[in-house]
Amino acid sequence: MHIVLLALLIVPVVAAGLSVAPYRIARVATVVAGAASFVLAVCLVPTVAGHTIRFGFLRVDAISMVFLLATSFVYATVAVYAIGYLRDEQDEPHFDRYSRRFFLGFNVFAASMLWAPAVDGLALLWIAIEITTVVSALLVAIDRTDGATEASWKYVLIASAGLGIALLATIFLYYAGASVLGQSYDLSFSPLLAAAGRLPDTAVRLSFVLAVLGFGTKVGLVPVHTWLPDAHAEAPTPVSALLSGALLATSFYAVLRYFQVASAALGHTFPQMVLLVFGVASLLLASLYLLQQRNIKRMLAYSSIEHMGILAIAVSFGAPLALAGAMLHVLAHAAAKGNAFMGAGTLVQKFGTKQISGIRGGMNVLPFSAPAFLLVILALSALPPFGIFRSEFLIVAGGLRGGSHTMTALLVVLVTLAFLGLAVGVTRMVVSPSPSGAAVARGELNVWMVVPVAIGLVALAVLGIHPPGELSTLIDRAVAELTRVGR
Amino acid sequence: MQPVPGVFEGSANVVAVLVLLAEFGMLRQAVLRDQVRLYALQSLVVSALAAIVAAGRDVPELYALAGLSLALKVVIVPLVVTRLLRDTSEEIAGSGTLGVATSVLVSIVVAGFGFFAVGALGIHSRVLPTTALSLSIAVVLVAFVLMIVRRDVVSQAIGFFSLENGVSLASLVVAAGLPLILEVAFLFDLLVAVVVFGVLMRVHHGRTSSLSTSALTRLRG
Repeated sequence: MHIVLLALLIVPVVAAGLSVAPYRIARVATVVAGAASFVLAVCLVPTVAGHTIRFGFLRVDAISMVFLLATSFVYATVAVYAIGYLRDEQDEPHFDRYSRRFFLGFNVFAASMLWAPAVDGLALLWIAIEITTVVSALLVAIDRTDGATEASWKYVLIASAGLGIALLATIFLYYAGASVLGQSYDLSFSPLLAAAGRLPDTAVRLSFVLAVLGFGTKVGLVPVHTWLPDAHAEAPTPVSALLSGALLATSFYAVLRYFQVASAALGHTFPQMVLLVFGVASLLLASLYLLQQRNIKRMLAYSSIEHMGILAIAVSFGAPLALAGAMLHVLAHAAAKGNAFMGAGTLVQKFGTKQISGIRGGMNVLPFSAPAFLLVILALSALPPFGIFRSEFLIVAGGLRGGSHTMTALLVVLVTLAFLGLAVGVTRMVVSPSPSGAAVARGELNVWMVVPVAIGLVALAVLGIHPPGELSTLIDRAVAELTRVGR
Repeated sequence: MQPVPGVFEGSANVVAVLVLLAEFGMLRQAVLRDQVRLYALQSLVVSALAAIVAAGRDVPELYALAGLSLALKVVIVPLVVTRLLRDTSEEIAGSGTLGVATSVLVSIVVAGFGFFAVGALGIHSRVLPTTALSLSIAVVLVAFVLMIVRRDVVSQAIGFFSLENGVSLASLVVAAGLPLILEVAFLFDLLVAVVVFGVLMRVHHGRTSSLSTSALTRLRG
């Protein structure tokens, strides 16, 4: 299994190396790397559901595996979509240079997001997340328009400042660990978790709050989310899909690791309270913002903030059922949000505008993509039979069982509000008739942009109707790891 | 009773104070080029502290960090930023949201808060005195003030760069043995910030011929 894990981490790097080759080779390499990494991740599931893989500076347990699956799925589907997306620009003068940069950045970005959950230790984790920022900031700026540059500047400044805070968190936890384990230890998880009960309280507390704030900047937790809608709206659509479907979850993985250490050292109450505050703030603000969005990609970006809020709240409930919901939510949200961005990108390319008011009568123009987009939005809003329905159902049930009645009720109300905002915007674009005289030719753009959306919908339905048995075992094990330690 | 600090602790504290003073200098400096020079000076001081810790506490890896941060933060980054500035006609930062006096007063309050709050936590390190840690948190907070109150992209960039200096200082104090690669990765982030900064200057300044962030308001809501 070590070989499979290594291959999973190296394949995207190889694809990045091949990106400097001519466009034809680069695109084949990217698609193959995406598909291969998903297949390899699936192959790892049965092993990791049984025991943790430890190997050099790598360590993959059930929690990491959930995030690896989510990221590799988004990578695989978006890689295919990117080919269709770039087709439009193929005749531009500097396309060769553009596509080389694009594929190089795209594959390195995916690689860094796959490394983050696979490395052992908080120091290496921080480095992997740092690399995701560095690469994705350059990818956001790749179009070099005014908007893209502004968004990239905001992103680089805010996310880097956040990572500065996260580095402070790492430093304080190192300090806490060094006082028990000696100066030479390297922040790897197992010894840290084993010694958690003896760590000095103040330093761990400080470190956890700094970590939630710092990594939370990249997760998009309110009030440190301000870069997120801009970057998601201005980046090329395949990059937006990766940002939203994979990067936010990967950053949440870092928060989850600190949560694990902090609960083991301090007990559950304090870390849960911190996550609850950030989660409710994110959910509240995002649902309100969703009601008044005019830009289709910004709308989806706010929906991402909403879902990250749901994740934070789910973890703060602490009940095993809610944690299982959170793990499933990571997977389902990755599939749904990647898919939603792809659908939105198709609409934007077809109608030539990101403004919701400029997109009308999608159903007549795009006979497959428009209804598929509507379905994905319904899936995002937790309608059955899709995966998010199951995960949010588990979260709500876990919240009720754990005794957090008020917060659970609030969660349901705010999620419904967000549904309202999304549904109004999307039905306008898809269902309402196009104004007379508007001439947008009927027909799909190309097959590359249709297939990944269809695959995503199937995956969402599978997660909702009947998740595979091995996945359930994996999630159970992840929940056991999250709840095992603690005083 | 607290033990009397020795020569090593004393000099470390002096260096930390210098870093904070340089931060305040950047906050009140309106001439952009001088702001960049102050940043180079601050980086020089932090690199020197890394070398002092390496020698005084026998952590040889820190020599590498000192050398790297000297090359990158004292020479390369300031040079590139100054060069980018030369291509623009802008020399003086536009007025901030607050006047200079007010923003300095706000920073004094913020820095005092950081200093005493960290002091109250009771975190002790064998490598450097706790006062230096409190000072480094004060530096980080003032860097945030700098990024918030100034309205030009250069100050925002310098604010972030000096934030990194504050974090470096903190890591020298509490975690001198921390894997070196973390610091190196963060230095790398500085480079990318400089690259995006360069793109921003070319695209944005080329169009609006201004460095003010008041023109960066297209994306909101």
